[in-house]
Amino acid sequence: MAGQSDSPISLFSPEEVEFIAEDELMEIVPNMRMDPLNFICGDFGPFFPQIPVKVPLWLAVALKKRGKCTIRPPQWMSVENLTQLLEGEREDQGTFQAVPFHYIEISRLLFDHAREDIPDIYMVRSLIEDIRDVRLHKVETNLEKFSATSAVKIAHLSAMEVNVVRPFVVRSLQAFYKHDNPVVTADLDSMSNRQPQVRQPQVPNNARRFE
Amino acid sequence: MAEDLGDGSTAEMDEYETLMSTTDVELLKTAWRNEKAAPEILQFQALLVKRAREQIQLVEETVEEFEGSGMDPLTVSLYQMDLDRAQFLLRSYLRVRLQKVTANSLSCVLQIEKYMFYIWKNDNLRNRLSEPEKIFVKRCINDMEKHIEETVLSKLPDNYQSARRQSIISEEDDMVPEPQLDTFVACKSSKNFVSIRLVDSERPLEMERHDVSFVLYKVIEDKIGVEIDLV
Repeated sequence: MAGQSDSPISLFSPEEVEFIAEDELMEIVPNMRMDPLNFICGDFGPFFPQIPVKVPLWLAVALKKRGKCTIRPPQWMSVENLTQLLEGEREDQGTFQAVPFHYIEISRLLFDHAREDIPDIYMVRSLIEDIRDVRLHKVETNLEKFSATSAVKIAHLSAMEVNVVRPFVVRSLQAFYKHDNPVVTADLDSMSNRQPQVRQPQVPNNARRFE
Repeated sequence: MAEDLGDGSTAEMDEYETLMSTTDVELLKTAWRNEKAAPEILQFQALLVKRAREQIQLVEETVEEFEGSGMDPLTVSLYQMDLDRAQFLLRSYLRVRLQKVTANSLSCVLQIEKYMFYIWKNDNLRNRLSEPEKIFVKRCINDMEKHIEETVLSKLPDNYQSARRQSIISEEDDMVPEPQLDTFVACKSSKNFVSIRLVDSERPLEMERHDVSFVLYKVIEDKIGVEIDLV
């Protein structure tokens, strides 16, 4: 349980989730020439002015920061597509729309570093925020309908969403599991008795007599 | 491949992921996430770590050469960033394993290191450690036992001389904390389709690539790194 029971906060920090998303490929349009880059994480380039090329998001941001390229926002980030997604999310309360696994992190990084490359940025931004809110609300309401089970499957849940709901989902599933499996309950109880001991050392009862 | 970039439809995103997963960086990232999300210590990825180390060293040398040869500073800084990312992953992977072995070591006295005694007494778990990790755990256990001995046990009566047992009448190591395996983890399928047999249901859990499932750790334990990755 290291990292899970020890802290009530998310398993992955927001920075770590972002780090993971930074390997997603993006299309950039360089404004300079550069030889191919043979990186540990893959080979990219060669780069020519005005010729679109695919690079990981972190590289796109690094080049953008130095004024060496423009970033082409992914197609799902268009106002049209996002409007449709939002409608879909609102209409169908039971399921989630298909969004990229890292849609929150990707859009955030692009808003922070490539705002002038995104057409209708204010609209895009507010649509993505709405989609995010509707989805998080949906996760919450769907979790209320949880029943005792050994597995919960959610299609199209994104990385950041998993990280946010994980502590709650894991704890509730564990509680159900405990009620369903009396044999296991004994184990879990002894574990939970043991847990506090880890944080606040207690002298075992039989040793106390000698104090 | 060139046309579908950024399209966002899941099938195409999956193709990407498959393509990307061929690099060691991607494999290391998966290993790190699996290790971080799993409640117990997983098998050490010896070959992968070896390859990652070699590549990092190679790029380190290349960067030095570049700097010496008056290479365009932009290119050098980009190589350095790639290097930093790979090193961060490698460090995070190695560190999360050590944390697992010694979690909570400072917050307790009698409770000793969190899982190291447990890992050490179990052959199967011990074999999941790398050689340096084994040396580390061994030293940790020795230090901890010595510390407990000097600060506590030497002041207690004869019946309470074990760092692992509450007293001489304990039949097993009842002071060795064990990881809680009856826990739930979030996972994704790394294949197009995977079917998981559940403990309490006739119907298997069927997962496609776009599905995220919260399942009991022990039902997918054997599939981690093969068909399933923790997220």
